[in-house]
Amino acid sequence: MGLLDQKFESSNVVITTMDDLLNWARLSSLWQMQFGLACCAIEMMAASASNFDMMRFGVIPRATPRQCDVMIVSGTVTLKMASRIKRLYDQMSEPRYVISMGSCSNCGGPYWEHGYHVLKGVDRVIPVDVYVPGCPPRPEALIEGLIKLQEKIRNESLVQKKAV
Amino acid sequence: MTAQEIHDILKAQFGDAVLEAKLENVPDPFAKVQADRILDIAAFVRGDERLQFDYLMCLSGVDYKGKLGVTYHLYSMVHRHKFVLKVEVPTDAPNVPSVESVWKTADWHEREAFDLYGLNFTGHPDLRRILLPYDWEGHPLRKDYQTPEYYNGMKVPY
Repeated sequence: MGLLDQKFESSNVVITTMDDLLNWARLSSLWQMQFGLACCAIEMMAASASNFDMMRFGVIPRATPRQCDVMIVSGTVTLKMASRIKRLYDQMSEPRYVISMGSCSNCGGPYWEHGYHVLKGVDRVIPVDVYVPGCPPRPEALIEGLIKLQEKIRNESLVQKKAV
Repeated sequence: MTAQEIHDILKAQFGDAVLEAKLENVPDPFAKVQADRILDIAAFVRGDERLQFDYLMCLSGVDYKGKLGVTYHLYSMVHRHKFVLKVEVPTDAPNVPSVESVWKTADWHEREAFDLYGLNFTGHPDLRRILLPYDWEGHPLRKDYQTPEYYNGMKVPY
């Protein structure tokens, strides 16, 4: 909205589609479900801190799933935690998105063979929109994942999908 | 106090309950003791004026394949010396007296060893799983542990 601020000489009407308006609103304020599971959480915190400042994309960490739009699963998902993640995801209101951050939550990471307690990919319990590779991914990688998610949201549509 | 001196005090006090010892050429000199006497020995080494092992640094479970073991790493804040006690029990009857009454820190350590090795610490006030979910089956750090196919509907293998 800052782009349009003070640009008109008198009050005016801006015409856009409902899709564009809603998508723009959604992608510009992706409030983030705040929980870290392992070392990826350190990078996620760094991405939120002043050097990388994820808040400039409208990402605000929230401590309750009811206020969140995107869940960043940052770290090793143990089987014990998996049921909690599922419950937190179910408590988020729609539209909701999931970023899987790091090798562990993508596919089990280094625990893929001997990790009796590790879920081999968080996509076994909840649907994932964007996978961010890395062990752990740098904050830039997480921000790129976030931008990819924004692109995905930008192309969403309210129109009912037709069977092909 | 040297490991040899500590061992001699133990041997003089408990005799045959001290089974064997390795005191030289190891990073941590240790003595193997009878499992059913460990509580007496623990109370003695904590209370004795010369030893005063007031700090249980670590309590670990071990699977020796066929036998299970518990290792106690002890340290004395007063005398600045350390020593290691080991016990072994058969896998089908892994009963070890709890030393929770001697060192409070053993509470959670013994719960962990119970959780991952299935060691039964008799006399422990609250012996239940500490890391794994309560409905977990088996004890994963045992050598013969088989990773389950499913846990609560979630596929476990890769």
